[in-house]
Amino acid sequence: MTPAVETYATLAEAARAMASGDGVYLAGGTLLMRAVNAGEVPRRIIRTTDRTLREIAPVGDAVRIGAGVTMVELLQNRELAFLHAAARQVGGPQIRAMGTVGGNLFAPHPYGDLAVALLALGARVVMAGQAGARPLADLLRDRARTGLVAAIECPRPRDARSFGFLKVSRVHPRGASVVSIGAHLPREGGRIRGARIAFGAMGAAPLQASAAERALEGQALDAAAIARAGAVAAQGIDPPSDSLASSWYRREVSGVHLRRLLESMERG
Amino acid sequence: MSDGMIEFRKEFFADERDDTLNEIGKPTRRQDILGHVTGRSPFYDDHLFQGLLHMRCARSPHHAARIRRIDTSEAERTPGVVRVLIGRDVPLNLNTLLSLLDFGIDDEPVLATDRVRYRGEPVAAVVADSEATARAAAAKVRVEWEVLPHVLDVEEAIRPGAPVVLDIYPGNRFIYHGKYDHQKLRYGDVEAALRAADHVVEGRYQMSPIEQAPIETCGAIAAPETNDRFVCYSSTQALFFSLATSSKLLRLPSSRLHFIGGTVGGGFGGKVDSIHEPLAILGAMLTGRPCKYMWDREEEMQVGAPRGAERWYISDGVMRDGRIVARKFVGYFDSGAYTRLSSYAIIKAVGHLPGPYTIPNVSADVSCVYTNRTPATAMRGFGITGVDFAIEAHMDKVAEVVGMNPIDFRILNAYRDGDMKAHRRSAKNCALIECCQVVAEKAGVQLSNAARTASSRQGGGGDRGRLPAHTALDQSGRVEGFDTGSYARKAGQRPATQHQVPAPVAARASPATQAASVQSRPRVEETRVAPSASQTTQQPAPPQQHPAPPSAPPRSGPIRFSSLSGFRRR
Amino acid sequence: MAKKPVTFTLNGTERAAFADPGQNLLDLLRRGVGDLTPKYGCAQGGCGACTVLIDGAPHLSCLVLGETVEGRAVETAAGLSGAALHPLQEAFMVHFAAQCGYCTPGMLMAAKALLDQTPKPTREEVEEAISGNLCRCTGYEPIIAAILSVANGSVRA
Ligand SMILES: Cc1cc2nc3c(=O)[nH]c(=O)nc-3n(C[C@H](O)[C@H](O)[C@H](O)COP(=O)(O)OP(=O)(O)OC[C@H]3O[C@@H](n4cnc5c(N)ncnc54)[C@H](O)[C@@H]3O)c2cc1C
Ligand code: FES
Ligand code: FES
Repeated sequence: MTPAVETYATLAEAARAMASGDGVYLAGGTLLMRAVNAGEVPRRIIRTTDRTLREIAPVGDAVRIGAGVTMVELLQNRELAFLHAAARQVGGPQIRAMGTVGGNLFAPHPYGDLAVALLALGARVVMAGQAGARPLADLLRDRARTGLVAAIECPRPRDARSFGFLKVSRVHPRGASVVSIGAHLPREGGRIRGARIAFGAMGAAPLQASAAERALEGQALDAAAIARAGAVAAQGIDPPSDSLASSWYRREVSGVHLRRLLESMERG
Repeated sequence: MSDGMIEFRKEFFADERDDTLNEIGKPTRRQDILGHVTGRSPFYDDHLFQGLLHMRCARSPHHAARIRRIDTSEAERTPGVVRVLIGRDVPLNLNTLLSLLDFGIDDEPVLATDRVRYRGEPVAAVVADSEATARAAAAKVRVEWEVLPHVLDVEEAIRPGAPVVLDIYPGNRFIYHGKYDHQKLRYGDVEAALRAADHVVEGRYQMSPIEQAPIETCGAIAAPETNDRFVCYSSTQALFFSLATSSKLLRLPSSRLHFIGGTVGGGFGGKVDSIHEPLAILGAMLTGRPCKYMWDREEEMQVGAPRGAERWYISDGVMRDGRIVARKFVGYFDSGAYTRLSSYAIIKAVGHLPGPYTIPNVSADVSCVYTNRTPATAMRGFGITGVDFAIEAHMDKVAEVVGMNPIDFRILNAYRDGDMKAHRRSAKNCALIECCQVVAEKAGVQLSNAARTASSRQGGGGDRGRLPAHTALDQSGRVEGFDTGSYARKAGQRPATQHQVPAPVAARASPATQAASVQSRPRVEETRVAPSASQTTQQPAPPQQHPAPPSAPPRSGPIRFSSLSGFRRR
Repeated sequence: MAKKPVTFTLNGTERAAFADPGQNLLDLLRRGVGDLTPKYGCAQGGCGACTVLIDGAPHLSCLVLGETVEGRAVETAAGLSGAALHPLQEAFMVHFAAQCGYCTPGMLMAAKALLDQTPKPTREEVEEAISGNLCRCTGYEPIIAAILSVANGSVRA
């Protein structure tokens, strides 16, 4: 009923405390404290004051973003301009001042707008106490008991115009997503190579629209390819119904919004 | 036409108000604004108490169920829990809000004992030393449910065989005047006028429940005072209502209750139901400590009484030239599981019909229907807002049928000073025509010459000011077994006692029994119009050019609408 | 479970309180410290009535774990006025930006966070800055006008 709150000076200690499995990590708290207030109280709340979680640093052609970086901090960093459109769309000013990049990876439907952008960009997650990084897509497929995320490594899009983000919500400027879309379409010789399209609010967690990716792969980004991608956007996806939109509605409009995003990217 | 509000008032109401008003039209400050901007306005939760206890209710997960057993033992054993209240702890566990005004039969328990009738209905109240403990312990109240069939739609609820929500209303409808299962309005002869009309235009309109959603959730804090009284800080919008309701339910003289309120964090009608004070005070009485009962946001949205859903059927008889000659309403208010204020909302609604138009034949059958939804209550203009939406949407539809622009059409049918309204009071201070003219001007709509030059102060009265020569009456929906002497009481019943199930009620009487009851009970009280032999249909008099001579035969005078007890002769 | 001592500055003054485990900052401020200006509207992050500034940035105190403000600077509406009212308070009075007043303390803090960073915001920036705060009474326009009037230095217009 009342949680034990454990505060650690280092990430390593916090990760060790998490290892026993009955603790829940507290980052910005925008989701976890909401649950606590509603009576869903974990036995142990684990947090750390480790500053390395707030660091942003380039690594090769990627940027390493500490899991504890808030949306506001991300928005203040010019290196991360390609993520600003997505970060700006997360909640209101208070949520952005509090909510972290790491927490966004764990946000349940319909949240996780930044994670959508990161997924489209092929980001990888660095787990505390583990060497190397694993694809974000893997983590999003099964988010229970993953351990502690230390940082996200997000490849920088080579060309700013190859990445686009769109969030559709009913309430402006702060509503939750009816659907959010990240599209990374790098081009070689005018042809799309390595298309990645991610949807938010179309499943329990952000997911890739593989049919649309296939429709675009190897194509020029022209009206025909855009139309084909839009037509297959929801293929194989079973979006949830909630108070914002029904599953049917999401399936119907996701292709329309994908088309609009791609058209705006085509115009540059 | 001038834009300013003041000029508008002077133009149209010059003879209605003197000019000694010296605040209107000038900016002024709210007297409470300094408190608001400094954060010092004392809302009910802004009072600190030593040893404050927190109350939280265990609620029904079902729309309808019988309660076989309530087991509070595990909740009681939870460390920090001071007391768990159930229905039998409430001195008088049955109430209807308007019983204070002798309006309606007690129908709603504070804490349900044998049955629940809507999802979220409280069955037990846990009092604990922290909000978190109260919440956790409330989840440990075990109830053995026998789930019952439920009904969530007004028209399904009045079908024969529908699950009965409240035994005292076997037809799932509130009983008006102890006589009818709906509130009636009869003015002229609608059926005849519909037959004579060039077009009959029908429409069905419906609105969902609307939560008032105040930013401050509803609640109250009560604490024992040293003088054998209880102080109660409340979010109520109706302090004396809450005081008297608490006094009734707790069987405490009101002199022992010290209510403090008036600083309300948004009400919009949703804070008149006096739900919190009786329980908070009871918590303080039974524990001897200050006790707070405050809804969280989820409760506010789930069990906070909304503006109820309404469904309206409107049939208009209209002539080719655009004059509406008949308007018939059949309306259903979704009261939810208990009466609260819906019965009264309908009295208001029916008094408002047919909207701000002069229509010589109007009828309405409006039912307050019980369903297994959250009880409904007041919200901004309640009783009026929903049907106005229906009326105005219908006006547009009828305008289209007769091929008129909707503003011209409204002006043609608008009421004018001196016109008789369907609730038998003559209209004054009418301004619909002028409003329409301003709207047309602002919207760039070209009005007909007649509409442009029309005025609320011309063309009314005369024939338009007289009661219909003939009003068609009927006894549909007549019920037996209720006390007609009082407003809406059950036969032989006194307020504030437990109810008995009435003798079979003719709420779902077959046409044959209805006809029979017409014969046996020719007396019709609510219209109080002397039946006339004439069978002529009322045609609307066109706006008259000259004042008509006073009508020859003496008629019943206009009847004054009294907000609660219905119609009274002026 | 043991309470935890927390020391922080509240509106410039050092304060200490004991936080219950899991207690949010809203409750800690209201019940632990007695600053009743932040309001409870939802405890879900949805309404903004509990908005306070922590180290200058707007936070929803209902979603902040109380003990985490150790050593930090918290500002609430109680600290807005000293001998004189804060210009935002003046502007809210002049522009009728409060009706029931329940959202007002949180609204003022969201507005202060904006003006501290961006003294001359555009209307869009003002809308964005209060987008985490719900007001059920005013329809927002008077609030936006009040905040803009402070930025323009025309409160008394
Ligand atoms: C009113 C409101 C509006 C919102 N609007 C949006 C929106 O528009 N878009 C959007 O995407 N989200 C939105 N959110 C959700 C949320 O605020 C964000 O997703 C935010 O980024 C979550 O981060 P946090 O640091 O606050 O997470 P926390 O609440 O601290 O944590 C959330 C979950 O993630 C886990 N976690 C956090 N960090 C880590 C880590 N490093 N390693 C492992 N697990 C971790 C926690 O254990 C917890 O289970 C909204 C929330 C609220 C209350
Ligand atoms: S109470 Fe904190 S956002 Fe509503
Ligand atoms: S003034 Fe009432 S909620 Fe804003």
